[in-house]
Parts: sequence; structure tokens; C-alpha cells
Amino acid sequence: MTVLVKNILRFIILILIQAFVLDKIHLHQMVTPYIYFLFIIWMPFSIGRGWQMILAFILGYTLDSFRHHPGFHAAASVLIAYFRPFLINLLIPQEGADTNYEEPSARSMGGLLPYMTYAGLLTLLHHSWLFFLEALEFGNFWYFIIKTLLSTVITLCLIFIAELMFSRKQKFKTNTA
Amino acid sequence: MRNVFLFIRRFSNFLLFFVLQVVSIYLIYQYNTYHNAIGSVAMNEVTGRVNEQYNRVDNYIGLKKENDKLRAQNERLLNAMRSSFENPDTATALVADTIPYDTLGNKRKWLYQSAKVVSNSVTSPANFIVINRGSNQWVEKGEGVVDTNDGVIGIVTDVSSNFAVVMSMLHKDSKITAILKNDPASGGLVIWDGKEPNYLSLINVRKSAKAKKGDTVLASPITATFPTGMMIGTIDEIKPDVSTNTFLIKVKSTANFYNLQYAFAIKNYQRAEVDSLLEKAKTSINKQP
Repeated sequence: MTVLVKNILRFIILILIQAFVLDKIHLHQMVTPYIYFLFIIWMPFSIGRGWQMILAFILGYTLDSFRHHPGFHAAASVLIAYFRPFLINLLIPQEGADTNYEEPSARSMGGLLPYMTYAGLLTLLHHSWLFFLEALEFGNFWYFIIKTLLSTVITLCLIFIAELMFSRKQKFKTNTA
Repeated sequence: MRNVFLFIRRFSNFLLFFVLQVVSIYLIYQYNTYHNAIGSVAMNEVTGRVNEQYNRVDNYIGLKKENDKLRAQNERLLNAMRSSFENPDTATALVADTIPYDTLGNKRKWLYQSAKVVSNSVTSPANFIVINRGSNQWVEKGEGVVDTNDGVIGIVTDVSSNFAVVMSMLHKDSKITAILKNDPASGGLVIWDGKEPNYLSLINVRKSAKAKKGDTVLASPITATFPTGMMIGTIDEIKPDVSTNTFLIKVKSTANFYNLQYAFAIKNYQRAEVDSLLEKAKTSINKQP
């Protein structure tokens, strides 16, 4: 499966799971689980920064269309796509790991800890921006803080489970071979 | 000039990020309940089709419950039918159909249009419901929508050719005028505070109103949206507001928003005429010196 086909499938499946499974679950008013932006977390290293943001915008807008109020998820997705390269540069262990592997994973980022830090920070960013925009429309400060923190925890559990369920076998690419 | 290009080149990523953020936030705020969002009609048609496929599967789960509801409704309708009453005069049987006049010359005011709910949410602060009936099936903006138990669900805000988007009562902008069944002279506005699905707030009810826990709240029949007797819910909690002359009332909705399967959009044939008359009255008053 080529990288392109894999990512297109990922896009469709994640949107469908988000729109038809997670959005139907009502755990608590403070907790809304999200998984669709795993597409952005798992995007290949090689995509240009501009394209990452445009793809993220399309992803967010597609989900917004299912919710009939455009803008919220598009804004949050674009934000994490913008910050993603900075985080990768900070957290990736040795020079050139991002050219030796295809996409971010526990293996390519040199352990579970840096990888979960990367996923956790992006999740926190995504949720805080999303719930902040929602809170501007209505809601209060504590509601926003608590909802962000609780939802981040649940989303991280989901990401961890997804990581265990779909182990992405990544080959080590070398330039010498 | 060269410096400008250099600047754009250097900060191109940030500029793109900024532009996309501005577009997103513009989309959030230009979304007005009475206008279409950009591209929403086209997207509405696409997401409507996907939702319909999903709904085929989802429908089986709630089939039994929905069956019971429909049976209860059938019973109510059969009891209300003219043939279940004895008719002492010589009038023959009445035939109800969808033409605007029946055989006695009564003008039809309300038309119930049954539809299936293809998409629904309760989790966001702005919930919408999609029904599989659009402008090709004569649904128009502004029609009221009720569930199979005559419980108010929302109001149609957007119509594409085969689907209609209904603003759920569980939407922060939803405002529905309501009256109390026991005291029809007093009423208020039903809004949603965004916290708990199936629980709404009734505001602007004067303290002189006879309201107590368990009372029924109806959609106001004075507005052109709902016929008489459409239930919004029952009062779950009532307390006086210290600072104003009104009650703070928590209402448990009649419609169960977690589990909507079928709905009726209600068309008011007299709406256009009433609206144009009002408009005419307003302009003629404004014209006077």
C-alpha cells in the first residue's frame, strides 16, 4: 500500500469513526472524546508544512460538515498542523531520524515517552483551542478548563489504544542502500 | 518591493496558518441561523447521503421502541377520527386529504409531513438534526418539527433538495416561545444552557404565573410555527429568581433527543399570507408622516 492510499483510507476511516461512533457517545457533558486528528499526528514527515496545514483544514472542515456548524474543528486542526513540525524537531532524538522513518511513531521518535509527549501536547493544544472557541460562544472559564483537561485524558487513552491495536510496522530507510 | 517578497517567502508558513485560522473563525461567526453557511447546501447533500446509509443500520436498534410509539400515536389518531364519534345530523363521512379545502369548505392550515431522522447529535453545544425530506418534498425553512409523540424537536433552518437541517432545541441559539398548559396566559422562552441534553430552561415567566413542578409546557400556538398542543416538556424544577420578577424553570423535554427516529415537519399554509400582511402593515405605518 502506498503512502498516498494509506493516508486517504486513514482520512476516511477516522472521519467515519469520529462522526458515527464517538460523536454518538455521550459520556458526560465535560468529556468529549476525539480521535480524528490522529490523521494529523500520523502524517508522514515528508509532507511540506503548507500542505500539512491545508490537509488539516480539509480534515477539520469535513468533520464540521457532519456537525453542521463549520469552523471549529478546522481551526483546531490547522493549529496543531502548524505546531507539529516544531514539536517533532524538539522531541526527535538524533539527527536524521525524520528522514530514516516515514511517520511519527514510538519507534521513530525513540521510545514511547517522547512519542506520547508529542501526541499529548498536540491533543492538549487541539482541545484547548477547540473548547476555547466553543466557550467564546457560551460557557464559562472553569467549564472550559475542566472540559479541556478531562477530554485530553480520554483522547490520549484512545490514541494509546489505537496505537496498540494498529501497530504500524515501519522500516528503517537508509540512503546508503 | 524585494523586501516584501522576501518577507512573504520567509513567513509563508505563518501567513498560511494565519489565513486558514481567519477563514475558520470567519466560518464560525458568519454562520447565521437564517443564512446558509458557505458551501453548506452542497455539503449538506453529501453528508446527508452518508448519514442515510448509517441510519439504515442504526434504525434496527430502535425499531421496537419506535413501533410502540407509533402504535400509541395510531391509537390516539384513531380515537380522534370523526368516525369514532356519533354524528346526529345528516352529514356524510368526511374524507381527509392534502388538498387545501375539504368538502365542507374548511381551509387546511397545518400539514404534517413525516420524515426519517438521518442524523442527530446531543454532544456539542450547537446540535442539529437532519431529516430526509427537502425542498423536493415541499419542506421549507421555518417549519416546526415534532417527534412521534407530538414533542417539539426544533425548527427547520436549512433545506437542500432532499434533506433538511433542523436546529435542535438543544442548540445555544434555539429560542422557542412557550406557554403553560395550566395557565395559557403566561408563557416564556425555551432556551438551552448547553449543559444537559433533554433538560431545557424556560425563562421570562412572570412570578404571578401559576406554575408548579410537573406542569406541562406547550409550544405557543400564537406563533406561526406549531399547532395547538405540541408539547415541549414538563417542569422539573422551579425556583424564583431573586433579582428579577421571573421564575427560573428547568424543563424536562418530551422528546428524547438521544433516540430520535421519525419526525414530522409541520407546514403552515397560512404563514406566507400572515407574514406578508404583517410586512404590509409595518411598511404602511412607517410611510405615514
